[in-house]
Amino acid sequence: MTYLDHAAATPMLPSAVEAMAAHFPYFGNPSSLHASGRRARRVVEESRETVARALGARPGEVIFTGGGTESDNLAVKGLFWARRAADPLRRRILASAVEHHAVLDSVLWLAEDEGAEITWLPVDATGRVLPDGLRAALEEHAEQTALVSVQWANNEVGTVQPVAELTELAHAYGVPLHSDAVQAVGMLALDFAGSGVDAMTITAHKLGGPVGVGALLLARGADCVPLLHGGGQERDVRSGTLDVAGIVGFAVAAETAVKEQPERAERLSGLRADLVRRLVGVVPDALLNGDPTLHPDRRLPGNAHFSFPGCEGDALLMLLDARGIECSTGSACSAGVARPSHVLLAAGADEDRARSSLRFSLGHPSVPGDVDVLIEAIGPVVERARRAGTAGRR
Amino acid sequence: MRVLAAMSGGVDSAVAAARAAEAGHDVTGVHLALSAAPASYRSGARGCCTLEDARDARRAADVIGIPFYVWDLAERFRAEVVEDFVAEYAAGRTPNPCMRCNERIKFSAVLDRALALGFDAVATGHYARIVDGALYRAADEAKDQSYVLGGLTAEQVANAMFPLGGSQKVAVRAEASRRGLQVAAKPDSHDVCFIPDGDTAGFLARRLGAAPGEIVEDGGVLGEHVVGQHEGAYGYTVGQRRGLRLGRPAADGRPRFVLDVSPATRTITVGPRDALAVTALTGIAPRWCGPPPPPGAALAAQVRAHGEAVPCRAVLADGEVHVSLAAPLRAVAPGQAVVLYDRERVVGSATISVTSGPKERRA
Repeated sequence: MTYLDHAAATPMLPSAVEAMAAHFPYFGNPSSLHASGRRARRVVEESRETVARALGARPGEVIFTGGGTESDNLAVKGLFWARRAADPLRRRILASAVEHHAVLDSVLWLAEDEGAEITWLPVDATGRVLPDGLRAALEEHAEQTALVSVQWANNEVGTVQPVAELTELAHAYGVPLHSDAVQAVGMLALDFAGSGVDAMTITAHKLGGPVGVGALLLARGADCVPLLHGGGQERDVRSGTLDVAGIVGFAVAAETAVKEQPERAERLSGLRADLVRRLVGVVPDALLNGDPTLHPDRRLPGNAHFSFPGCEGDALLMLLDARGIECSTGSACSAGVARPSHVLLAAGADEDRARSSLRFSLGHPSVPGDVDVLIEAIGPVVERARRAGTAGRR
Repeated sequence: MRVLAAMSGGVDSAVAAARAAEAGHDVTGVHLALSAAPASYRSGARGCCTLEDARDARRAADVIGIPFYVWDLAERFRAEVVEDFVAEYAAGRTPNPCMRCNERIKFSAVLDRALALGFDAVATGHYARIVDGALYRAADEAKDQSYVLGGLTAEQVANAMFPLGGSQKVAVRAEASRRGLQVAAKPDSHDVCFIPDGDTAGFLARRLGAAPGEIVEDGGVLGEHVVGQHEGAYGYTVGQRRGLRLGRPAADGRPRFVLDVSPATRTITVGPRDALAVTALTGIAPRWCGPPPPPGAALAAQVRAHGEAVPCRAVLADGEVHVSLAAPLRAVAPGQAVVLYDRERVVGSATISVTSGPKERRA
């Protein structure tokens, strides 16, 4: 089996598995006041400090959640509600059209049910948000804007957003910025305090930790209305008994991923460059989506994303799957029906290009042999998918 | 063989896929997403493309241990099946969307794509048998679905696989349960899948708008007289008795039936049951599953999915097939398919364009 879908899920780091296993026999509720509770609380707080240290945040800025989707929902809705409560005119959200669905659909829900107004920030052909577009939107709507949400790096095409520049702009107009950095941790150098962003989404299972735990880094002073009400365990912004074992695994994985990031980024970047060069050699008309320079400041190191003209992405995926090669078309709805990529459409691609795409994403266990297997298979697979391309759609 | 199993999320297609896999084929399951906006859950026995059905199909594939994908054919289905359904009703005919789906979607769009992707056959849970490349009725007479497959050509049948054709439905359910398939007790789906509430007239009214007209009775020597009003001729089908809401009882006091639907004049003609008898019909656009029958061949004709087949003789002329029936069939509407059988074997089918009875019922 050749696994090229690390942007969806990546194997847990052995150190994270070990740390979780060591914790499982303990059962204290970190909110309890007795010794068992205190023990659990201590583990949670040590983990919080570890996560904070790894990402340049203060421990008090780490709000543990159930994962990236919850963190995105909390940031977008929570910041919107808090800002609107402080000033009823602040109802506008500025977000890029290439956001993950957790942000995109939260924004759309706020527009439909909470009277939010949306400005979709324009992106260039690589999916990169144009700072001038944000400037123009802020010029026009600064007084009515609740928040800006722009991801750190795109989950489909790997484009790294100019977050520092966008944050500076937003702050110049007195608007907070949230960034979904789920894909970036462990792949890019991240510094929460240094970046200036007001809220940052991270999740464990993309960086070698367990599924079902993540965090919202929420700057001190940033007001956020809770989504989940109850015991107020996390800074009164998030309620729910904490998953101690998951948090331990998350912390160990985050620490390791960040420590190993420079070496990993360089290694994966090299593998990816090899993949891109050889794939285009085998399939000369394959179109590389996202940033073509492959520069580490502009593209995630493990990401390669192509459109194969005349093919359906889901046919390619099925044919590769049958050969033991696992990758993704990028986005899928709940019924598993492949839809044209909203990211490619926003970046100006036509529907055919957006339907014919595949994402190959490398991760910490990737080796050169993975690329070899793909390169060997991709030619015949594309040829066959192309023959099937129009069959069934006439 | 590499087999693509179309899995609706129902019990039949799940067992069909399981049998194909057990027979040693390399099977891949595919659920066809036919609705652009699928409902979350199935209500009763209607509808077949909800998210719940997709999950049931996926779960069955997991249990069988085969790869599973969802293919989006919603646009193709809309264009080929739903729009045709609406257009046929608008023209006063009574289409069979399941048959059309088999001809144009399952054994055309899906089959073409499957073959191009390297599969050798498409397997479904239909109850029909294939013997030496010919299509036959199923062993389970009550479940026999050869009629809705009657539009398939020999080429299409050559690449089809119906693993349930020799089985009884009760046995298939028991087998599903034995195999650990959760869908073993799921109700059968029937009716038109894209009209989940079963209200065909309402669906057509939304699509076609109101087109009120008169309901007239053919009074023989007394001539035609108006007996009621309707909101749209497309809501009526030849042979229909219920829902006519006629103000006056018939002269003879017996129930009246729809004899004719004429959207052009917005007229529904009603009359006695006897006038529904059809002894000859003409079919257009015939499709043959093998060689066309010799002139005057003694065959049997069936005009609805679970209706009786009556002995007939068929003659081909000018691309039409003229069928004379040995015994009358009732309530035969233009647009319905006539499927011709040679004993158990499907010979072919055609779309009924004209019918006539023992005595001309209309002037």
